[in-house]
Amino acid sequence: MGIVSPGFQGRPRTQEPALPPGQYLTEDFPVLSAGPTPRVSLDTWEFVISAENGSEHRWSWQELMALPQETPTVDIHCVTRWSKLGTSWQGVSLDTLLAEVDTGAHFALAHSYGGYTTNLPLDDLRGGQAWVVHTFDGAPLPAEHGGPARLLVPHLYFWKSAKWVRGLRLKTMDEPGFWETAGYHDYGDPWREQRYQGD
Amino acid sequence: MTEMSYLDGNMLDGPMRELFTVDLSSAVGRCESCGMTGSMASLHVYSHAPGLVARCPSCEAVMMRLVRGPDRAWLDLRGTTFLQFPMPMEQPFPGPL
Repeated sequence: MGIVSPGFQGRPRTQEPALPPGQYLTEDFPVLSAGPTPRVSLDTWEFVISAENGSEHRWSWQELMALPQETPTVDIHCVTRWSKLGTSWQGVSLDTLLAEVDTGAHFALAHSYGGYTTNLPLDDLRGGQAWVVHTFDGAPLPAEHGGPARLLVPHLYFWKSAKWVRGLRLKTMDEPGFWETAGYHDYGDPWREQRYQGD
Repeated sequence: MTEMSYLDGNMLDGPMRELFTVDLSSAVGRCESCGMTGSMASLHVYSHAPGLVARCPSCEAVMMRLVRGPDRAWLDLRGTTFLQFPMPMEQPFPGPL
């Protein structure tokens, strides 16, 4: 007879969260920032999509809030290895915003108040995968987390979800953004652990 | 007469080693954005980020970024026009011709 009790089953697998490789679970919401926090008044806030032909589409805060609102609940994964599951947001789908834009571009460079940039394939901003969000957990998004509004692209590492987002520049050629020009991966898929260039 | 040639990047190893073993905080740097020149120790470094981001204390422009991967590092000094290091008198670099 063995020394292991017949009832011993080990840790139930069902309690293990579905985390991408190399990530750990956090219940907090760590604040990461590459610079001072911009303070943007809602009176002057705007979101601008510039198409590759030079045309611009602008939304004021009031115009953004008048658009159809969605309430995604998603898992987010930071390249610094924390993941937070089941985060609740409210905002406008990029599908809604891009529907007003005539473009043949394949890439987007998101840019923010404060100067931050990050690049994404335009297809990753379509198909119910990306939002401009202004509410987190039922409350206005705090400035330290990117308020008044940030990009939310949860299927990529969270540095792609630009805080204090101000607009998108649509491009025919890919142009790397702030972290992508400093060693980080161009695409950043957490499930393929695309942290750094060449991963 | 042979043409002037160039050396491969390996020759930089000695000179760069001499620079990068000095304490950076003793260096003076010029901000490419606003032109302010001052001690690198006075930069504002944001470290709660995927890398280190050092900004000019005057205009907040990014002067230096350092990203450390597990087996690689990336150093971006585009925002720094120059770094000036104190050097010992007995090992001067050649001046302009």
